[in-house]
Amino acid sequence: MEARLKPRGSDRLWVLLFLIPSLFGVALGGVGSSAVSILLSFTDWNNVSPPHWVGLANYIASLKDSQFLEAVSTTLRFTIVYVPLCLVTALSAALLLNRRLPGQGFFRAAFFFPSLTSAVAVALVFSWIYAKDGGLLNRALGLVGIPPITWMGSKTIFWAVTIANVWGAVGEGMIVFLAALQAVPSLYYEAARIDGAGSLRRFFKITLPLISPAIFFQIVIYTVNALQAFEYIYMLARRQQGASEMTTAVYLIYRNGFRWFNMGLASTEAVLLALVIVIFMVLYFRAEKRFVYYE
Amino acid sequence: MNKGNPSRRARLASALGSGATYILLLLGLIVFAGPFLWMLATSFKIPAEQFSKSLLPHPFTLVNYERLFTSARFLWLQVFNSFQVSILSTIGQILSCSMAAFVLSLYRFRGRALLFALILAGLVIPAQVTLIPNFILFSKLGLVGTKVPLWITSFLGGAFGTFLLRQYFSALPGELAEAARVDGASLPRIFFTIYLPMAKPALAGLAILTFTGSWNELTRPLIYLPSNQRLTTLTVGLSLYQAQYAGQWSFLMACAVVSVLPILLIFLVAQRRIIEGSAITGLK
Repeated sequence: MEARLKPRGSDRLWVLLFLIPSLFGVALGGVGSSAVSILLSFTDWNNVSPPHWVGLANYIASLKDSQFLEAVSTTLRFTIVYVPLCLVTALSAALLLNRRLPGQGFFRAAFFFPSLTSAVAVALVFSWIYAKDGGLLNRALGLVGIPPITWMGSKTIFWAVTIANVWGAVGEGMIVFLAALQAVPSLYYEAARIDGAGSLRRFFKITLPLISPAIFFQIVIYTVNALQAFEYIYMLARRQQGASEMTTAVYLIYRNGFRWFNMGLASTEAVLLALVIVIFMVLYFRAEKRFVYYE
Repeated sequence: MNKGNPSRRARLASALGSGATYILLLLGLIVFAGPFLWMLATSFKIPAEQFSKSLLPHPFTLVNYERLFTSARFLWLQVFNSFQVSILSTIGQILSCSMAAFVLSLYRFRGRALLFALILAGLVIPAQVTLIPNFILFSKLGLVGTKVPLWITSFLGGAFGTFLLRQYFSALPGELAEAARVDGASLPRIFFTIYLPMAKPALAGLAILTFTGSWNELTRPLIYLPSNQRLTTLTVGLSLYQAQYAGQWSFLMACAVVSVLPILLIFLVAQRRIIEGSAITGLK
């Protein structure tokens, strides 16, 4: 859209004044701090002594560091499980709600509410659900004679944390899908029905292509969130002295940067994580041309 | 294909379909509302009964909520801190984003497109990349260990809010500003008396999203106020209580209820706007 007015007289000063907060925001927030992060990633800054230029040392150390590599692999594993689970659950919920049924609004609100509440409170409830003694899950399993399981133990914690995370994220995707589904013209379905297309065929030939932009959008959002997963993991998997049963990339950045104040290394890890996100986005937007249907 | 009465078949199929849908919806309800009910029910149980077989509290007690005033006396300070940070953040976003969006959508000046692009770049920059430089800046300013870093950045605009409001302002007729200017109204006057009041729906949406986002935030409070019980926010408080009162589930659930309650109230009041807003933006 074209800007309409040319500032005159005192307007010029006001335009500048109105933009000053955002100019600072760009400098300190987004663009400026990205540049600083990249600079810091080449130093050994520890928040106390003056930084020294160390060149690529942090990058080489990170790529050789088994902790970092494991954190990246945990993050990727989490992403690969989390994104499809969120998508399928959110889409199923949206399809269920995409009928005019009494109580539809109530169910929609109930399904959405978890994604509005704080991860901290939700994770606290989940740690009680997963509790070995008297937790809801073990209690339910006890009814069918299964002995209590240590859900927060190293074998199951990945799944326990992932499920809690998915639970908190389904609502937002559901709302996006629901809006997309409601925008599909019912005319298409009627025409397909007259041509004798069954409901599965209608779903794959009409619904899915028409809501594919919304699905693509939500895959992007879920992936970015998954690669940056932190809050549930902090609440459910952290142990004494900053250790964690499930160290994701962001958890490692938090620990190196803000518990041990190894800020040069943490910056390097943050830049590498940003690169991973960029790689995902490039791949996604390439795939978009093939799989996403725009009218 | 067409055996029997088609309309009867169709009606039967649709009744069966509705029945199956309701069964699945109820299952969904158990999954999504269950944890909240479990949280609420546990918070009304006496500590000795927290492991009891019954899901309903028996006897019903407020003892956990009373403890919030006695043993966890910092909790109310933290509730206050969270409100303070969230309200200041909301004011900051509303003001700074709408000012930038107004100028960007109505006035022509050099570098406008570039500035807008730089602001929007914030949408794709991961938060972790900004955390460390911001921390260093605030530590140089001596503000680490205070609440200031948690809200002050909200006064510096933001990608999402500016984008949302610019879309809104751009859709309003530009003649309004032109006519007002002919009448001798200054730029701030046009902004505050004409455009801002007209943007109320978008501002309300941004306010709700900013408030809930700020209320729920953990990362930055954890970095700036990790252990000062008096100054930190409720999310960090809860994470500290999680360790401090480990195993005292009925009490911890009462704390969780306190932290969810304001969000629930906002949701009940503004449900329509929140859901519609999320559908458009895809952001919480």
